[in-house]
This record gives sequence, C-alpha cells and structure tokens, in this order.
Amino acid sequence: MEIINDYGFILIVVAAVVGFLMAWGVGANDVANAMGTSVGSKALTIKQAVFIAMVFEFAGAYLAGGEVTSTIRKGIIDTSFFIDSPELLVFGMISALFSAGIWLAVASYLGWPVSTTHSIIGAIVGFAAVGVGSESVEWAKVGGIVGSWVVTPAISGFIAFLIFMSAQRLIFDTDNPFRNAKRYVPFYMAFAGFVMSLVTITKGLKHVGLHFTTFEACIISIIIAAIVSVIGRMYINRLKFDESLDRSMHFTNVEKVFAILMIVTACCMAFAHGSNDVANAIGPLAAVVSVVNSQGEITAKASLDWWILPLGALGIVSGLALFGHRVIRTIGNGITHLTPSRGFAAELAAASTVVLASGTGLPISTTQTLVGAVLGVGMARGIAALNLGVVRNIVISWVVTLPAGAALSIVFFFMLKGIFAS
Amino acid sequence: MSTNSFLGVFAKSPLKPIEDHIDLVDQCTQLLAVFFTHVYQSEWTRAEEVQQQISQLEKQADKVKRELRTNLPTGLFMPIQRQDILALITQQDKLANKAKDISGRIIGRQLQIPESLQESFNAYLLRCLDASSQAKNVINELDELLEAGFKGREVDLVERMIAQLDEIEDETDSMQINMRSSLMKMESGMNPVDVMFLYNIIELVGGLADTAERVGARLELMLAG
Repeated sequence: MEIINDYGFILIVVAAVVGFLMAWGVGANDVANAMGTSVGSKALTIKQAVFIAMVFEFAGAYLAGGEVTSTIRKGIIDTSFFIDSPELLVFGMISALFSAGIWLAVASYLGWPVSTTHSIIGAIVGFAAVGVGSESVEWAKVGGIVGSWVVTPAISGFIAFLIFMSAQRLIFDTDNPFRNAKRYVPFYMAFAGFVMSLVTITKGLKHVGLHFTTFEACIISIIIAAIVSVIGRMYINRLKFDESLDRSMHFTNVEKVFAILMIVTACCMAFAHGSNDVANAIGPLAAVVSVVNSQGEITAKASLDWWILPLGALGIVSGLALFGHRVIRTIGNGITHLTPSRGFAAELAAASTVVLASGTGLPISTTQTLVGAVLGVGMARGIAALNLGVVRNIVISWVVTLPAGAALSIVFFFMLKGIFAS
Repeated sequence: MSTNSFLGVFAKSPLKPIEDHIDLVDQCTQLLAVFFTHVYQSEWTRAEEVQQQISQLEKQADKVKRELRTNLPTGLFMPIQRQDILALITQQDKLANKAKDISGRIIGRQLQIPESLQESFNAYLLRCLDASSQAKNVINELDELLEAGFKGREVDLVERMIAQLDEIEDETDSMQINMRSSLMKMESGMNPVDVMFLYNIIELVGGLADTAERVGARLELMLAG
C-alpha cells in the first residue's frame, strides 16, 4: 500500500513513458506490415501511405482501441489475487512493458518478424505465473487468445480466398473486365467502409460519449458505406484510361481501378492495426494507472482514463512520422508481381478480421492475419510465388516470442520488486 | 528493420524470367530469316555476322535460364508447379539451341541452298519461325493468366492460341514432306554430302516448329494441372 502511495506518481510516469515508447515502436515498425501491401503494389506512394497511416492509425487506436486495451488490462490475469498486494500488479505491468519493448528491439535488430501482441501477452502471463502464482493467470482466457492466433489467420485466409474469387468471377473472368471493375469495385469499398464504421460505432464511440442501438449503428454504417462508395465511384470515373490498350491488355486498366480501391483498404488496414495494436502498448499502462488512481484498490469496474488512448495513438503516430518513411521505403522496393487486385483482397480480408477481433476484445496479431490472408489469395492461384520458408520462420518467431517475453518480464519483475520493495 | 516484415513471404516471380527468356529465344530464331537471305546470296561474311548475333542471343537466353533455375528453390508456393516451370524453360531453350545449330552448320560448310529450292525453302523457314513467334505470344500470356487466376476465359484464349500453334506446326510438317520430295528429284545431280546436309537442315528447321509446339504443349499441361 505505502509503495503505491509513496511512489504512485513516479510509477505512472514510468509506465506512461515506457507505454509511449512501445506505441512509438508499434508505429515505427509494425506499420511496415500494415502499409507494405499497398506500397508494394504501387497503389500508394510512400508519402500517401504515411499520411493515411497517421490519420487512420490514430482514429483506429482512439476510437476502437478500448476493447482490446481492457482485455490486456484485466482479462489475462485474475486481479483478485492482487488485492492484498496491488503493487505487484503495478510492477508486473511495467515489467511486461519493459520486456516486450526490449524483445521487440532485439528482434528488430536481428530481423525477426515478431509480433507485438505475442510479446506483451507472453510478458504478462510470465510475470503473473512466476511472480505471483500460476493460479493468478486466467488460463481459459489466455487459451482463448492463443487459440485465436491459430483461428484468425485461417479465417482471414478464407475471407481473402472468397474476396479474390468473387473479384475473379465478377470482374476478371468476364467479357469486359474493365467495365465490370468500374461497376463492382465501389461495392468492395462500401464493404470496407461498412465494417470499419460498424465496429467504430458499436465499440468505439462509447468513451466519446455517444451511444447507439445495434439497429441505429447498422443504419449509420450503411449510410457511411454508401458515402464511401459514392466518393470512390467519383474517383474511378475521374481516372483517365488508356482506351487504346487492346483486349489482352485490359487488365492493366482494371488494375488501375483496383489501385483506387486499395486506397480505401489501406485506410481500413491502418485503422484495424491501430485499433488492435495500440492496446499492446497502453493496456499495461491502463492497468497501472487504474491501480494507482484508486490508491491500491483493485476495482473491476474502473474505466479507462481519458488520456490513455490518445497517448497511445499519439505514440503510434509519432513513431510513424519519424521512421515510417524509411521503413516503408525499404520494404516497398522488394516486392514484385503483387498487383492491386491481389493486395486489396489480402488487405480487406485481414483488416475486416482484425477489426472484428478488436471489437470482441481479442488481442490478435495484425501481421499474422495478413500472412493468413496472403496465403488465402495464393490458394486461389493469385500470386506468382510465395516463400513458404519465410512463412515457417515467421511462425517459429511467433512461437519463440511467448517464452522469450515471459522470461524477460520475470527478470524485470523481480528487479522492480527489489528496487521498490526493499 | 527492413527484414522485420512479413513482406518477405513474397518471393520473386518466376513468370517474368520465363517471358524474358522466350523473348530472347524468339529474337534469336527470327534472325534465321535474315541469316538465310545472306546465305541465298552467298554473302558469307554477312551471314557469319548474323550467326554471331544468333549465338550471342542464345548465350543470353542460357543465362536467363540458369538464373531462373537458381532462383527457384523448393518451398515456393506457386500457382503452377515448379517442375512444369523448369520443363517449360528447358523446352524454350531448345528453340534457341536449334537456331544456333542450324546457322552453325550452314556456316561450317558454307552450304548452298539450290536456287530452285530457295523459294519453297524460305516459305517453309518463315512458317517455322511463325511457330516460334506464336510460342512467344502464348508464353507472354502468362501475366494475364496470373491476373485471371489461371482459369476461365483467359485459359480458353490461351488454349485457342495453342491450337493455332498446333495448326502452324501441322502445316510445316506437310511443307517439310514437299521439300524432301523436291530435293529427292534433284539429288542425283548434286554432291551427295551436300544432299545429306540439306536433308539434315530441312529436318532441323522443322524441329523449330516441333519445339515451339512442345512449348505450347507444356503450358497446356500447366493449365490442366
């Protein structure tokens, strides 16, 4: 108790700084995965990608990031074990942030494609299981979260497969692919707009103070979807096409239409990424703040402090602003043969899966979902060559991340305990 | 930082090198038309220059082939089978080899095509080269096939193109028979070794169309599989 009263402010500041740095790292590094497909298929320039990412990552983090944040804050560990010694929860969450941050830095340095989500979950489970006792971990919840890491790539792969096949059926395999592209692409835009706005309205606007019933939310989402598709159609009609290209070159024009669609799905992807990944940085911070603010009383109902989500959102955006440019440039060069029609299918599938998962509070990995989606398009014979070796490495690095994050956070936990408790 | 990204899953596409390769191969075979115009006129130095160009292009094609092979490790997930791709490029490469072979043999012996045969021989040669350029057109559809997910109308279109290629090859077969019988009628008055070589050249030129047809057949197998 005294520790929290004595050092409360310092603890919050430490947690806030580390949380901000984590968010900064998410923005600087992870954004490559979220925006890479768009830049790689040349639908967006780097400048546009950074701009879109900044706006929509912020919106996603601020408007739809609350649900996952609360899962990380209080869903993984049973807080009733900490009632007698709330400072342990504070130390634990701070060490989780430290360990995830360091693991990410090391992995980035070594070039391993690790997941922010995995490292933070591993870290939280680690300090709770070893530092406090394995019964303090909500194993059923953790099981569910880990299970979702297997299920979500499969789901997003399946959705990507369906989206890609539908585009093939409606647009590519027709007499006039170009005309059909102009006709059907706005519907895909509407779908992207619908998913994004539905999740924002049902899950995100609560803490802004707006409440809607499910029915109202649906209606508003449909209206927003319609607006998105109308604007999209306008842009498509404004495009100038090279009519002289003959039938066999038709696909070149079709891809230009898809490139416009990709701008929408890129927004969707940035939004999804923000909504899910901001929690990795600020979920632990939120836990620390709520314990300290209630003077060590662990209340299950404590709401999220108003400044926490914007802080995470700002962290992501500033990471993006400083490093996004460079990161996106290095990845954008390497990809060949990824046309907008494939990139869109993968992005839209991954983004909808992530956004829906964010809505249910599941902390899933954006990258993982994207890999699933890309494999889904590959299954539909849409991508010239995928490197299964790299897929295997990615999966291995994810699996390794859990124990690594856990071990690091255990070390930090005992260090913090030693520093403050003695 | 750059490798810390899932985008490594996108491997280098094998389709582009295949298309590059057939373009080189076709340039190489089409030079035979120029080569033979010099041969008919007995302009041997000029013919030799063209033969050098043919051999240069053949080497370039070889390089592309080798690069593709080394850049196609197992463990790639592709819409078409790895073995099919390797077999296809091997087949394409034979086309360039044949062109080099034909020009080399003619130069080696400074072999004359008898004047009375020249016209029909040239028609026969051009038709065989048509087969080669049709094979090139077919292979250049690979991009579009990928766009269309290797199914539907695009596949039908490519299959029609392959059928045209087969027709061209059929035509060259009957032209070859005619060439042989014309040569047989005049062979008694010619140097027997030259006659042997002429028969050989006729067969090799026909081999161009055969190989082009096999390129098409390979692609057809890919589409079926």
